[in-house]
Amino acid sequence: MTSPHCGTPALIRETDHGTPAKPGGAPVSLTIDGRQVTVPTGTSVMRAASEAGIDIPRLCATDSLNPFGSCRLCLVEIQGRRGTPASCTTPVAEGMQVCTQNPRLAKLRKGVMELYISDHPLDCLTCPANGNCELQTMAGTVGLRDVRYGFDGENHLRQEKDTSNPYFTFDPSKCIVCSRCVRACEDIQGTFALTIQGRGFDSKVSPGAAQSFMDSDCVSCGACVQACPTATLSENSIIEHGQPEHSVITTCAYCGVGCSFKAEMQGETVVRMVPYKDGGANEGHSCVKGRFAFGYATHSDRITTPMIRDKISDPWTPVSWETAIGFAAERFKAIQARYGKDAIGGITSSRCTNEEVYVVQKAIRAAFGTNNVDTCARVCHSPTGYGLSKTFGTSAGTQDFRSVEQADVVMVIGANPTDGHPVFASRLKKRLRAGARLIVVDPRRIDLVRSPHIKADYHLQLQPGANVALVNALAHVIVSEGLENRAFIAERCDEADFAYWLEFIRDPRHAPEAVESLTGIPAADLRGAARLYATGGNAAIYYGLGVTEHSQGSTMVIGMANLAMLTGNIGREGVGINPLRGQNNVQGSCDMGSFPHEFPGYRHVSDDTVRALFEVVWGTALSAEPGLRIPNMFDAALAGTYRGLYVQGEDIAQSDPNTQHVTSALESLDCLVVQDLFLNETAAFAHVFLPGTSFLEKDGTFTNAERRINRVRPVMASKTGKAEWQVTCELATAMGYPMHYDSAADIMDEIARVTPTFRGVSFDLLDRKGSVQWPCNDAAPDGTPTMHIGGFVRGKGRFMITEFVPSDERTSRFFPLILTTGRILSQYNVGAQTRRTDNVAWHPEDILEIHPHDAEQRGIQDGEMVSLASRMGATTLRACLSDRMPQGVVYTTFHHPVTGANVVTTDHSDWATNCPEYKRTAVQVTRSNQASDWQVQKQDADSERRRIAPPAAE
Amino acid sequence: MKEQDMVRMANQIAAYFASYPARTGEQEVHNHITSFWEPRMRSHLRDYILQGGKGLHPLVVAAMAERNESVSLSRS
Repeated sequence: MTSPHCGTPALIRETDHGTPAKPGGAPVSLTIDGRQVTVPTGTSVMRAASEAGIDIPRLCATDSLNPFGSCRLCLVEIQGRRGTPASCTTPVAEGMQVCTQNPRLAKLRKGVMELYISDHPLDCLTCPANGNCELQTMAGTVGLRDVRYGFDGENHLRQEKDTSNPYFTFDPSKCIVCSRCVRACEDIQGTFALTIQGRGFDSKVSPGAAQSFMDSDCVSCGACVQACPTATLSENSIIEHGQPEHSVITTCAYCGVGCSFKAEMQGETVVRMVPYKDGGANEGHSCVKGRFAFGYATHSDRITTPMIRDKISDPWTPVSWETAIGFAAERFKAIQARYGKDAIGGITSSRCTNEEVYVVQKAIRAAFGTNNVDTCARVCHSPTGYGLSKTFGTSAGTQDFRSVEQADVVMVIGANPTDGHPVFASRLKKRLRAGARLIVVDPRRIDLVRSPHIKADYHLQLQPGANVALVNALAHVIVSEGLENRAFIAERCDEADFAYWLEFIRDPRHAPEAVESLTGIPAADLRGAARLYATGGNAAIYYGLGVTEHSQGSTMVIGMANLAMLTGNIGREGVGINPLRGQNNVQGSCDMGSFPHEFPGYRHVSDDTVRALFEVVWGTALSAEPGLRIPNMFDAALAGTYRGLYVQGEDIAQSDPNTQHVTSALESLDCLVVQDLFLNETAAFAHVFLPGTSFLEKDGTFTNAERRINRVRPVMASKTGKAEWQVTCELATAMGYPMHYDSAADIMDEIARVTPTFRGVSFDLLDRKGSVQWPCNDAAPDGTPTMHIGGFVRGKGRFMITEFVPSDERTSRFFPLILTTGRILSQYNVGAQTRRTDNVAWHPEDILEIHPHDAEQRGIQDGEMVSLASRMGATTLRACLSDRMPQGVVYTTFHHPVTGANVVTTDHSDWATNCPEYKRTAVQVTRSNQASDWQVQKQDADSERRRIAPPAAE
Repeated sequence: MKEQDMVRMANQIAAYFASYPARTGEQEVHNHITSFWEPRMRSHLRDYILQGGKGLHPLVVAAMAERNESVSLSRS
């Protein structure tokens, strides 16, 4: 697969073959307009013609949707068949002779077009689709010159527009009722928000039951807008700006799905983002964030000039790059001179490119001379890295996203894909509608449990914190009922480890009946789910932070790995252990050596051979000791031994748990350097602000949750005048370690030199192939979509013991409820990006979901403000009564700094990795209409700490 | 770091490896702490053990007492 996205920019128009490809079928040969064509069986006549270079006129067909056969424009003649069949719905047959153009067909098509146009506004010159309208093109193609019917009769020309959605407009006057939007919503997105209302002449596209788009179930993914052949559904940005003149293929900067987009441009202005069909992760689909929420990149809040200040109580002073970098370097050097090398460190960002992250960790290890580097994966998927590397040998998911098409049973644990990873969720739902079975393990009744045409076979609604008890019970059932895959285990796994584990798991204390009181799950359901997973065919586990963000996060990852090995569900398509990664480059930031104990490629800093390699390439001595992890950095700061921190593109003051602990640590630093787009919550405590670049300005790569390395290409010049990696290099140089690269490609070449799994990766390769999944090296030059085929990376798979240990975070009389936190579709992480877009229309504030019974006991009405308090702190937010929650458990998001949900969360963390226990905090909820003490103090400090001094008078 | 937090973290590690035979458990706890704990944290723990190690899981004390600092990566 090649991608036409390098060289001179032009508008990329992807070929639309009309109907989907049908790969894999036996070849069928036919003749179309005298040309011999051979295509796989099952292919439509329309597609066969298109692949032979013959375009058959059409309106209701597009190759992202199954054929529908409604527009009657694609009629053809087939020798030996009566009438004029629609080529989109007619499959090819051996020896078939097709005619696509003759006077009879031309007359029929002209007649069809005439009818369409007789009820269509003729404002083509001022229409937003002008220049990109399939109806207009087809009118031209069939040679329509005259419409005999006039506009006097009944028509649909003056229908009211629906402008309720902030990103697109629905203009029903222009609708030709081709149903492409309805089918896109059903087949691609899987939401079923649209329907054709009425019959015959009254037929009309309608969101829900005659609702507006905003009031309907529409999730604003944009699939309908993309599918519309007219201006009926148009992006508001197109209405405003007109058609784009060039496009650049790049990668979304939101979640770990890592969708490929065409950034469609007018000069340096993004006119719209359109999902790219050749994108390996998304194959032409998108969600509301990637498709529409890119406006933050040019938001007026962006800071593009470096700033410094002596004390955090001072106003900021804008300065030159040289001054800012010199100031930061001097402070860092002064701290090290007084308190030692290890008194400073840094945090890399999962929102930055591999190249930027690599350079930051290198600067910290080589220029700062310490391994005090960590990344935000610490607080999300670090247990994934630990658990999967211990059992399988690789710190990454085992499949590509497409693998789900081969799954027969899908178990979703502690993840909410329809909100967190929507484009993967659409793929998953498509497979579920086609018959795959579903097990959902989650305290909340997430949308996936019951949504249009999908119903989970089992919803194991467990108590937060009981994951390990649950996974042990699943394994116990499989073993005690003899459902394990003995042949797989004997061939692929370590015998002694398995024998030891088998003895452990057979113990009756792991039986579903024995743990029912811990998990809250009826034993019969748990047994049923275990049997389904073990015997239902290809079984795949997809999981999220509901697995990792617990005190036993790593144990749970190990437990899932045990399950996959036990049933042989690893090492082929359709199975595996699949972490749904939170941020766009969280996989990449881990790969790039962001952890304090590991160099790039997950190799421990104490390994002399590995360290020697880096010492040669980097030309300096390196420390053999693991550095501080993020929570350890805060502790060391409060102890006074850690005094300088460089934070790249993360907002730890909002995202990390126990905010008051974090902010006191930040306040105690002598030098905090923040590199970001905005003056975020962390910047309130900073001494140096280095302006960062948005993904639209970056040149580099992101690695998504399926290990896919995708190119990020700049569509506009850096707003700050520099690339972020350049700034990092200049800081390292000012610290006394000269660092220079000519380009991001240059950095990737160094990454490939030092990292065995990246050996074959280069920008040149990515530009040729579109993307590649690591490992990509001499053994796998095209990359590795599925891991552990034929054998585990570590050799034999290792079963490990997973004893359930209850969390130290307990409920009590004063804190009787459990809080669990998460995210929502329209907002992303700390909201720094999405809050600066129209996505606030869907989620303007964080909401506390509480079961009606718990609310009733506390006298709380739906929509009232409530205080949410834990042993750590309190905040005030709005309550929403929801029976999605089980009794005793409440839920909120952490997208808004005004709420600051992490004021409430605790210091408890995973035993192996210190990943915080965000998913279990004992809380109390009470009615309250006043802001918490923390909120009041924060509001006062905020205005103080964000002051920027006016330019000095000359 | 507060002592109670350090003790909790060390004991969590011990609680995981306590399921293994004693020698393996000690080795694994030792490996884990030397692989993932920064030197300041390790010396804090050692000092705490020398002062009696109040509240520490016996496996932590055994793991940190007998061995030198070398990290064995054979089973990583």
